[in-house]
Amino acid sequence: MIVFPGSNCDTDCWHVLRDVLNIQVDFVWHKETNVGGVDLVVLPGGFSYGDYLRTGAIARFSPVMQAVQEHARQGRAVIGICNGFQVLLETGLLPGAMLRNRSLRFVCKHIYVKTENVTSLFTNRLKHGEILKIPIAHGEGNYFCDEQTLETLEQNNRIAFRYCSEQGTLGDEFNPNGSLAHIAGILNERGNILGMMPHPERSSESMLGSGDGRKIWESILSAANV
Amino acid sequence: MATMLEEPKVTKELALVLGLTEEEYAKIWQILGREPNYTELGIYSVMWSEHCSYKNSKKWLKRLPREGNRLLVKAGEENAGVLDIGDGLVVVFKIESHNHPSAVEPFQGAATGLGGIIRDIFTMGARPILGMNSLRFGSLDKVQNQNYLRGVVGGIAHYGNCIGIPTIGGEIYFDDFYEGNPLVNAFCLGLMRKEDLIRGSASGVGNPVYYVGAATGRDGLGGASFASRELTDASGEDRPAVQVGDPFMEKLLLEACLELNRSGAIVGMQDMGAAGLTCSTCETASRGHSGIEIDLAKVPRRETGMIPFEVMLSESQERMLVIAKKGKEKVVEDIFAKWDLHSVKLGEVKEGNLMRVLENGKVVAQIPAKSLTDEAPEYERESAEPQYLKKMRELNLDRIPEPNDFNQTLLRLLDTPTIASKAWIYEQYDHMVRTDTVFLPGHDAALVRLKGTRKGIAISTDCNGLYCYLDPCEGAKIAVAETARNVVCSGAKPLAITNCLNFGNPMKPEIFWQFRKTIQGISEACEALGTPVTGGNVSFYNENPQGAIYPTPTIGMVGILEDIDDRIPSFFQREGDCIYLVGDTADELGGSQYMLTVHGFRAAKPPTLDLKKELALHKFILDCAKSKLLSSCHDLSEGGFAVALTECLLDPFKGTLGARVELGLTSGVRTDSLLFGEGQSRAIVSVAKGKNGKLESKARANGVPCRLIGEVTRTGLKINHWVDLSSELLEQTYRGAIPRRMELGESWAVKE
Repeated sequence: MIVFPGSNCDTDCWHVLRDVLNIQVDFVWHKETNVGGVDLVVLPGGFSYGDYLRTGAIARFSPVMQAVQEHARQGRAVIGICNGFQVLLETGLLPGAMLRNRSLRFVCKHIYVKTENVTSLFTNRLKHGEILKIPIAHGEGNYFCDEQTLETLEQNNRIAFRYCSEQGTLGDEFNPNGSLAHIAGILNERGNILGMMPHPERSSESMLGSGDGRKIWESILSAANV
Repeated sequence: MATMLEEPKVTKELALVLGLTEEEYAKIWQILGREPNYTELGIYSVMWSEHCSYKNSKKWLKRLPREGNRLLVKAGEENAGVLDIGDGLVVVFKIESHNHPSAVEPFQGAATGLGGIIRDIFTMGARPILGMNSLRFGSLDKVQNQNYLRGVVGGIAHYGNCIGIPTIGGEIYFDDFYEGNPLVNAFCLGLMRKEDLIRGSASGVGNPVYYVGAATGRDGLGGASFASRELTDASGEDRPAVQVGDPFMEKLLLEACLELNRSGAIVGMQDMGAAGLTCSTCETASRGHSGIEIDLAKVPRRETGMIPFEVMLSESQERMLVIAKKGKEKVVEDIFAKWDLHSVKLGEVKEGNLMRVLENGKVVAQIPAKSLTDEAPEYERESAEPQYLKKMRELNLDRIPEPNDFNQTLLRLLDTPTIASKAWIYEQYDHMVRTDTVFLPGHDAALVRLKGTRKGIAISTDCNGLYCYLDPCEGAKIAVAETARNVVCSGAKPLAITNCLNFGNPMKPEIFWQFRKTIQGISEACEALGTPVTGGNVSFYNENPQGAIYPTPTIGMVGILEDIDDRIPSFFQREGDCIYLVGDTADELGGSQYMLTVHGFRAAKPPTLDLKKELALHKFILDCAKSKLLSSCHDLSEGGFAVALTECLLDPFKGTLGARVELGLTSGVRTDSLLFGEGQSRAIVSVAKGKNGKLESKARANGVPCRLIGEVTRTGLKINHWVDLSSELLEQTYRGAIPRRMELGESWAVKE
């Protein structure tokens, strides 16, 4: 669990992994240069370095991101959630960029996403087209990339999740931030890095209203055990 | 580079300009036994301002009930109230105003208001776990108020979201009486283990005094004095008195201070809020019964050429004063270095009682610390019943016609921003971070779980200013009762309150009368409900050129659920459940939103509150909660029965339902009173079929009227032959009221 100054979903993700899923998890401070031989690196949500300049723009230069890139090169798993996704884009581990939400306002609410990829190590426990109820909380989640990149993402089944209605319909009225092609999460070419704006750690316990996010963590676990 | 200000010569006139009175200036002479210098005069002017000294209100505040076996510190003694919740845990909470800054610079004013209250919590060693806010604006049909709302909500979102503390609820009223003088009251609650409590006190001669956090600039200069004046058309010129917030800096400071507390290297800590370095040094010394000496030359600065007066009075944000243990300097410095923050030893705790301020070794101020705090002036202001009340009471409600179409009346009320859904606002706040928010905004009370325990904490903030305007004592009682009822309706037991008393100019006898009556009302209600006052804040001088705001004593109630599984949602849960109306309905229309919105009257007596009935209602609902009897429970407030019933249908999370109810006619009660009257101590509850008998016998046992009035249906709202509306239309109206106005700007008002 990478901790940047300004991370604020680090303890939330830590809680779910440790207390809900019984996994050993450690915090790694941004000044570290090594993440050890872990199975999964989590880049949590928050406002790394205050998100000054641009979301995630300063975090990419932190010492620990060198180690995260090395970890990813070895084919190990990395999940970036919200600000973590923004950091992955800034670092170039995932293609594209984030624009401000179409409404120009921060938005925090439960939304629905449709599962598009069910083969990745993050989604293998999900069914094709499965709809997840899961919260978002961001001011800059309006994903954008050039046409060629979008085509590559579509063709290689690298769009993990798209915003949709409760019934799974795609449309602007169900897209909370104006994201291109309703993209809520994407994978890298190798399939070992996932960036997503919705927060699975906020929907992993039924008391909080939805347990759907848990399936993402369980997918990762099942892939790691194989 | 800024040029160095030349210190003006100290005269009586200068003292008056700084907000002191002639008598106060004479008193300073007497205390010091000499003429004060410019820095000293500045120090006295801010510490003796209403904002810091409560000189006009202290005498009355002392009458509030401030004792209770769960309270660990007495109100006013520390930066916030501390409440024992068992299992070795305590919660620390407080509400504070930032009205004046928000009036001239809504975004930064609101942001730094939140930043300040968050510091008040972690300065005591607690981790802030949630925020709430209570806001008041003029009519949302005016562009200026739309801008205020956009700015204030944006500022709170900016600060709270970035620092990672969920803003989980609050309340808003829109009324012409707040035109030009919006109220921004921010509430924060923190959690810690009992043994981690830190005092804001400087003790132990020789212990080093550290300045930590952000550098000092000229921002917020004289903010405390600015807050102790009425707003005028020229208040825009006071914009430099508004501070600028940096939530990222505060997040670092928060983590560093909590780490510092765990290290055991400190004896006291105090944030630099109003009156900045001045207030934190003299207050810690005063509480520790010690002297204190600091050297300003060491203060980290972000501007050059600042004179001692400016350094002492600056209200730059995200700074703290830390009293460390001698010999532990390295521990303090290492922790702040890890978080890339300043930590500078400014001086140390001294023998005696003096606050000595040096610059490069030269004394620039030397003042007995207690003369700035405990021994600050205290006044008894003149008080007289306001003239307007007589006129108000003359109104004869019998001459008000009942509406022909109750459907239209209900829709009109649902379209009133004060009543309508606040989703446009709370969706801008991250209300889920920390993953403890069990009740999302929109419920009667906000509810969080405490991980690692079975407990939950429920909070409600509220105050109906119109009731307080029409009857300050009754209105204040209702504010306390209403927040307690909200907490109870979620299944939690009310424990204690914090309050934020917003009033006009206390030098006006009519305003001071409102203030005194309010204190009386809060006291009566708090005593009856067993919820002592843990502290809070007074904000006077809330006036614009048209006059004073409504007296607005915002109450923040904290309650506990020993078992979070006993919680009760506010919304109907399933088709077929039975609906009951709990409590008596009388003919009470005075002060209602219906009278204001439909008939345009701010008049007559507000609803009366019977504290015995209120308590019985609480006992009944908590009894039901323990046996998990209720499917839902929602209290009746603005808009009365019809609005409350509509709200029960509109669960923002699970989708809408319907209801069919038949109200029995009560003799002598008008139909509009039945539907829209705001009589107190009432709730709508729903239970699964088959549990009716148990519910009714519990109601009898508690002596609470409880009538079966109908059932939950799949869709549509029917009330007798008066109301017949589709759930979709109700929802559209209720959810659309605020977004429509915010998106259309002035053209909305024109369309009206």
